[in-house]
Amino acid sequence: MPGKISILMVSGTIDKLMAGAVITSGAVANDMEINVFFSFFGLLNLKKDNSFPQTLSYEGVPMTDQMMKVLKEKNVPSWLDMLKNAKETGNVKVYGCALMADLLGVKKEDLDPIVDDIVGVGEFVSMAEGGQILFI
Amino acid sequence: MTDEVKPDKVVDARGAFCPGPLMELIKAYKQAKVGDVISVYSTDSGTKKDAPAWIKKSGNELIGVYDRDGYVEIVMKKSK
Repeated sequence: MPGKISILMVSGTIDKLMAGAVITSGAVANDMEINVFFSFFGLLNLKKDNSFPQTLSYEGVPMTDQMMKVLKEKNVPSWLDMLKNAKETGNVKVYGCALMADLLGVKKEDLDPIVDDIVGVGEFVSMAEGGQILFI
Repeated sequence: MTDEVKPDKVVDARGAFCPGPLMELIKAYKQAKVGDVISVYSTDSGTKKDAPAWIKKSGNELIGVYDRDGYVEIVMKKSK
């Protein structure tokens, strides 16, 4: 019986967003149901205006240039493209956090179309019930 | 590949990294008909184990894993 995994994408740095997108792909390959919930900087990185910087977590900052170069040279798809591909292939739903959206004045139409809806935490926890939750 | 099954579809995912080749194989599988033979080419080190694991877990038939010149070819048959 396929399981369920719910991922909280809270960080806006590409190392973590990419890890979340890769795990989502792996879960799709295992025929699981996946809910991805974007909050804080993760949500900001989903803005269509690309206003959020594409950088690495604090410990990776010294090698940001090198890492970006490798990703570009080896044609690694962006975390967002990877997530889109996972969504096209499997049972993936993407949500924005209502709290952050309200605080920052972000509306669904400001976000990449990959976002299915803006939901509150109560709804997210309810969706996640009975499955695993990953906090990234 | 003379004595081997001729694939109905070849997914050339050489140059893509994990999870690219596996995801491309799954996409091709979803578009294929039952009975179709699908082959994936990959240069990614994870695919050699990942793809056969997925093929078996999803209830399909693994026809073979072949080391080619600089890449690996995994052949499956869609059985459901």
